[in-house]
Amino acid sequence: MKPGLRQRLSRPSLGLVVCLLSALAVLTLVLATGLGPVSVSPMATLNILLSRLPGFGALLTPSWDALEENIVLGLRLPRVCLGMVVGASLAVCGVAMQALVRNSLADPFVLGVSNGAAAFATLGMLFGAFSFLGTYSLSISAFLGAAVTIVFVYSLSRVRGRLNITQLLLTGVAISMVMEGVTSIIKLSAPNALGLHNAEFWMSGSLAGAKWAYLTLPLVVLLVCLAVLMLNHRGLNLLLLGDESAGALGVPVRRLQTLLVLISSLMAGVTIAVSGCIGFVGLMVPHFTRLLVGGDHKKVLPVAALLGGILVVWVDVVARLLIAPEELPVGVLAAVIGGPTFIWLLRKNGRARD
Amino acid sequence: MKLRIENLCFSYAGGGGVQDLSLQVETGEFVGLIGPNGSGKSTALKNLYRALTPDSGRVELDGEDLLRLSPRAAAQRMAVVCQENQLPFDFTVEEIVAMGRSPHKRLLDVDTPEDRRIVRAALEAVNLASLARRSFLHLSGGEKQRVLLARAIAQQCDFLVLDEPTNHLDIGYQLQIFDWIRRLKVSVLAAVHDLNLAALYCDRLYVLQAGRLVASGTPGQVLTPELIRSVYGVESRVELDPRTGRPAIRFLPEGMAN
Repeated sequence: MKPGLRQRLSRPSLGLVVCLLSALAVLTLVLATGLGPVSVSPMATLNILLSRLPGFGALLTPSWDALEENIVLGLRLPRVCLGMVVGASLAVCGVAMQALVRNSLADPFVLGVSNGAAAFATLGMLFGAFSFLGTYSLSISAFLGAAVTIVFVYSLSRVRGRLNITQLLLTGVAISMVMEGVTSIIKLSAPNALGLHNAEFWMSGSLAGAKWAYLTLPLVVLLVCLAVLMLNHRGLNLLLLGDESAGALGVPVRRLQTLLVLISSLMAGVTIAVSGCIGFVGLMVPHFTRLLVGGDHKKVLPVAALLGGILVVWVDVVARLLIAPEELPVGVLAAVIGGPTFIWLLRKNGRARD
Repeated sequence: MKLRIENLCFSYAGGGGVQDLSLQVETGEFVGLIGPNGSGKSTALKNLYRALTPDSGRVELDGEDLLRLSPRAAAQRMAVVCQENQLPFDFTVEEIVAMGRSPHKRLLDVDTPEDRRIVRAALEAVNLASLARRSFLHLSGGEKQRVLLARAIAQQCDFLVLDEPTNHLDIGYQLQIFDWIRRLKVSVLAAVHDLNLAALYCDRLYVLQAGRLVASGTPGQVLTPELIRSVYGVESRVELDPRTGRPAIRFLPEGMAN
């Protein structure tokens, strides 16, 4: 035991952290909306945004041109908002999956859930396999893909009633590859080239096509899932102690685990349907959240949601500025940052068990 | 009568388990379950706190059918300290102890000052108040076990199930933890590995061998050289310690007895 580690943990209060992060999120909203190949000054962005708020419109004299207004309101703002929602969903999804498998290495991307969702979604996109489901067919097919994968990976990794983490990660990798293969087969036999190009860009994870209409479903799913998880925060904490201790402390273990599978697949599926695969957010964000506020889910959930939203928006800003006027898919950049974080966590995890 | 187990049977798929186990714990009694490794001590307890589901038999706690209670209702009546103490994420000692309050919480309940008072009292009961804000992950084994005991105290049940609570602890911690448990004045059913500790602290003992009950009674009645030979295959001498009034066992290994 290192004496330094025994020191009293001084953790900032939840209220303070949430307030600061909310302020940071608003600041992010204004700054990120202005940044891009055509940049709009933060003041102009702020004015345009405020002019749309009820009560403020009359107070401001328009000092911006129509082009700026179009860029801000038509292109950037929906994209930034979608980035927030997607980032928050992926982070919360990561928290839920990590509580389910009791390990900080779980993430929808690492466990193949993202690829599973993508495979089903591609099937829907290129062949219209799920078109009978209507407007939300893409989201629902991605949700189904996510659910199938997570149940598969989870049940394959249980050895004699216990979840084996090595088995879990390897199964995740294997399933991820299988699903990628399936996606390739679907793409190669695709009937039309345009659909293929769209699927390709979407697969690598992008927020570029964001429209206001894309926002509703992910936002509703995020809020509902976050609320359900917050209500169960005690159960989530207890699950970390192990199935037996959790059961002895009154948690209906099986029921809660089923709920977590459902919530994780719902969030992963719906998110992936609007933004494609953006990996490692669900891995990085919960980890840094825990360093900040500790492991208590009452604190982890809201803080991870805010941090995740802010992170994805900024990664997306870098993605659209780095090789402007071309765009980098945000998923590619997230992987470049997230991969090393994963390796670092893996090593840390190994040391902790020695 | 606090707890009554009647004809409990449980078999693992690969063999082993407990057969036809019946035992009782009276109110306020400290009852020990002893037996060699693999004799079914933990299995029997796991059937109580429902990590395992019995094949047949009946378990009554305060006259209620324990196995028919919801997990939450069961956790309001019975606290468990089991051998799991691994935690994947960082929690403070205080947060872990506060988890003992969760069986008393409904979905929308928040932590009240009363909960915080109970948590503080539980920490003081095991002399850990000064570590309240420390990280659980960086405690020593003995301290971790004390935290888990504090969590069980915070659960405020009058029945405590302990699955070898002092395994891997040094003798100082072992005695300390048993002392604290005795001081709680609750009914206890504990699997105990160390026969001398069982003799010191338990009011009555049940002896398991290969999943079956082979003896029961006070430590003085149960812990005889004959029983220890037949159950553990070890020669021993048992004397009554005049200061504690309890049997003290001295083992005589084969190679050294002459």
